[in-house]
Amino acid sequence: MIHEAALFAQAASDTVNKVGAGETIIFWILGPIALAGALGMLFSRNAVHSALWLVLTMFSLGVFYMIEQAPFLGFVQIIVYTGAIMMLFLFVLMMVGRESSDSVVEVLRGQRLWGGILGVGVAGLFIGIVSQSLVDVTSSNLNGPNGTNGGNVANIGRSLFTDFLFPFELTSALLITAAVGAIVLAYTGKSDRRGRKTQRELVAMRFRGEYSRPSPLPGPGVFATANSVATPALLPDGSVAPESLSELIDSVPISEFAHDLEVSTGTEHHADAHALTQSTSDSDEEVSHS
Amino acid sequence: MEAVHPASGVATVSWLLLALPAFGALVLLIGGRRTDKWGHLLGCLTIIAAFVIGLITFINSTGLAVADRVQELHLFSWIPVNALQVDFGLRLDPLSLTFVLLITGVGGLIHVYSIGYMSADRDRRRFFAYLNLFVASMLLLVLGDSFVTLYLGWEGVGLASYLLIGWYIDRPAAATAAKKAFLMNRVGDVGLAIAIFILFANLHTTQYSVVFANIGKLSPGTITAIALLLLLGACGKSGQFPLQSWLPDAMEGPTPVSALIHAATMVTAGVYLVCRSNPIYDLTVAGRLTVVFVGAITLLIGCIVGCAYDDIKKVLAYSTVSQIGYMMLAAGLGPFGYALAITHLLTHGFFKAGLFLGAGSVMHGMNDEVNMRKFGGLFKRMPITAVTFGLGYLAIIGFPGLSGYFSKDAIIDAAFQQPGWQGWVFGIAAVVGAGLTAFYMTRLVIMTFFGKERWRDLKTDDGHDFHPHEASPVMWIPMTILAIGSIGAGAYFSLGHRLADWLTPSLGTLQERSAGPLSSTEITILTLVLAAIGVVVAILTVGRSAVPVERPARVSWPVRAARANLYGDALNETLIARPGLWLDRALVFGDKFGIDGAVNGIGILFRGSSGRLRKLQTGFVRSYALSMLGGAIVLIGALLLVRFSG
Amino acid sequence: MTPTYYLLLSALLFSIGAVGVLVRRNAIVVFMCIELMLNAVNLTLVTFARINGSLSGQIMAFFVMVVAAAEVVVGLAIIMSIFRARRSTSVDDANLLKY
Repeated sequence: MIHEAALFAQAASDTVNKVGAGETIIFWILGPIALAGALGMLFSRNAVHSALWLVLTMFSLGVFYMIEQAPFLGFVQIIVYTGAIMMLFLFVLMMVGRESSDSVVEVLRGQRLWGGILGVGVAGLFIGIVSQSLVDVTSSNLNGPNGTNGGNVANIGRSLFTDFLFPFELTSALLITAAVGAIVLAYTGKSDRRGRKTQRELVAMRFRGEYSRPSPLPGPGVFATANSVATPALLPDGSVAPESLSELIDSVPISEFAHDLEVSTGTEHHADAHALTQSTSDSDEEVSHS
Repeated sequence: MEAVHPASGVATVSWLLLALPAFGALVLLIGGRRTDKWGHLLGCLTIIAAFVIGLITFINSTGLAVADRVQELHLFSWIPVNALQVDFGLRLDPLSLTFVLLITGVGGLIHVYSIGYMSADRDRRRFFAYLNLFVASMLLLVLGDSFVTLYLGWEGVGLASYLLIGWYIDRPAAATAAKKAFLMNRVGDVGLAIAIFILFANLHTTQYSVVFANIGKLSPGTITAIALLLLLGACGKSGQFPLQSWLPDAMEGPTPVSALIHAATMVTAGVYLVCRSNPIYDLTVAGRLTVVFVGAITLLIGCIVGCAYDDIKKVLAYSTVSQIGYMMLAAGLGPFGYALAITHLLTHGFFKAGLFLGAGSVMHGMNDEVNMRKFGGLFKRMPITAVTFGLGYLAIIGFPGLSGYFSKDAIIDAAFQQPGWQGWVFGIAAVVGAGLTAFYMTRLVIMTFFGKERWRDLKTDDGHDFHPHEASPVMWIPMTILAIGSIGAGAYFSLGHRLADWLTPSLGTLQERSAGPLSSTEITILTLVLAAIGVVVAILTVGRSAVPVERPARVSWPVRAARANLYGDALNETLIARPGLWLDRALVFGDKFGIDGAVNGIGILFRGSSGRLRKLQTGFVRSYALSMLGGAIVLIGALLLVRFSG
Repeated sequence: MTPTYYLLLSALLFSIGAVGVLVRRNAIVVFMCIELMLNAVNLTLVTFARINGSLSGQIMAFFVMVVAAAEVVVGLAIIMSIFRARRSTSVDDANLLKY
């Protein structure tokens, strides 16, 4: 790979201070492709498509680096950017946002209009700068740095560890910090279950007597004919479970619940149609009682 | 003007005159309830002691040569500030000593009287504290040797007067009257203060002796201005036109206060001020003429309004206003009248204090009733009061031989003796005033002491029958002493110019002239005839017919006007209170909309604009990015402009 | 042809990236746009290196790549945690910090 880069550099350096015809052709092929990739990223509503369009642009840029006598950067671009970083993007996209495509409706009023205007403004500004002062530039010869002392990669390495040693060390600190930060932000671990007991542990504790009673409090209306809050729960023997009474109702004498009790246990005295007829029904009842 | 000598002998302890009442006031005020039992005795004792000291100083002074009678006692340096050096000192001369005797003498009697009059009041001790404070301030006023010490006493008596008028603070009328008195006094005090400022600015001192020695160096305009401003102060304190309307309202205070402060002493401070400043007034004809005019107008107002009132104390109050008008008139006559003014002041101090104490005695017996229409026939019930009151009455209407006859007739005579139109105008005003005085005083006496006993059919305010009774000795003995003064004082002072000669070192020689249209005899006869007519008219209108208990509502316009104080209050209301209110409202308006508006407006501006700017913080990171990009473009564009345009 | 065209292309790419940051709402896409802008800058740096005949520009581009990598790692982790809390990667949904 490095050998290839050296070849690219060698080829470019032959045309000393000029941009060669091959490079021109490559530029006019890859330039529009890079632009198209950028625009595609901008306009595709699906985030995955955006990422793929961006890969295209980055790949084009990698080639540009190579033909611009920066073979090391070109390969780093392709391997690290296009290969690693964009895959990380896709990875995260798959994790979180794959199905989320941008809605068409813009909620911020004028955001698109002003974004477009400012984008054109920025482009105009930069193009203005370039056309004002950088039109008559010529391509200098990088043969010196690229051709001696082991070529482009070796010279970049030498520069990094001599002239740019301190910034290089700073980037190491930056990368360590970024790695730690990413771990802290992305790590969920078991932090959200802290202090919470499993149901099994809870039952064991209940029966060990660490709670006031082994079972939960009875809900209102258990075993009764109604489930109103005002209706007390009944124990299996039909008596009222005092725990099921709310505080408010608890303060009322239990005798006042006599009727409710009758209703809830079904022993209520219902209106009897026969009571209106003759006393025979009474006698019948007496008979039945006796 | 006599030369001034440093005090010597007994006079060196004359500071005790001030210290004793002040000490009494201090003890009573600080001691609080602990002094309730003996507080009134301490109050009386300090005043009587002061009277004794005053008497000794006075006797000592009479023993001196005439040229040595003006003495100054330097006490301490009061305000030693660079160019402003004010010493605290006393000036002992015949004028101040005369006042000292009047204040401590009448004051002592009224203190004793108050023991009885205020016996039912649970705050009697505080009352005596205020009275002592008043006496101390009044003595400072007359004894001070500079205008600044006079001003201190002037404000002190104002304070005491305010406190005592508002004594019954649970009555809204009393509280209002106290405030009114205080405020109207302020108007006068401003004049006095400005006069003192002018004196200090021009002469760099306020010491009487230096001021009077150098007053001639000032321009006539300045002197007139000072004289008029001093007169404004005098008008405020003495209830003279146009500041007269507070004095009748001041009768809301307890009757001893009315007698001491608002009849005998404090209200005469204005007369004292004019007489004390005689070297200033001697140099300004316009100033003196103004004083005379003020006096003449006031005496007529007082007489006319006095005829219409049914409140016994208010009638006496307007009588006071009118009598002080006489004094001012006399004081305005300059060297022809200073001594006459002081003479009338002294006799008036006796008989008016006596009359007020009599009125207090009547009120005391009649359950604090002041409406004369509910009195009548009290002569039989309270004979001592009736007799002493009657003597005061005879004195005030100028019955021959009694004090008023000598002092008031002398003023009327002096007024008539002015040259040209002045003699006619002032003389007639004075003599008409005498006739009216006779009328309203007779009306008062008849309605109170004679005629049908109207109170028999009436109830008191709290529903009891009236039980008129004579007051205790502690009350009628001072009345008796004052009655004796009413009889003899005039003759004693006036015969042989005894008082005028005594006052010569302070006031200059009393001059006499007969430039007027009538001779003295004719004037005396005229005065007596008019007074007699007044008495007869009063007897015919009040004595011969039944007095209705209810005040007649349908009356002629002069009576209506008089009942409305000759529209004095309305005048104040229209000329001062209303514009003041308008100014006030305008200022409030300006404050609210101008100053507050500016302040609040700035606040509202910032609050409103920040409330709108706040909306820029939408929380949308994309809009922030938009503005960042915009800012970056502007920045880069600016850099490019600089880079490529140059 | 001169290297100027690389610069012009880079300006266009940078502007497209900027517009993308402004108009896209998916946080991950916004990040991609930022990457595009960084790449445009890298292209400029490399071109300048060529124009000047010095390797410094390339080394700068190398540093930019390192910083971009670190940024992507942290940024994506932030997006992950926000997504866990809010079930959304839209930058418009995270707008609590406002007036």
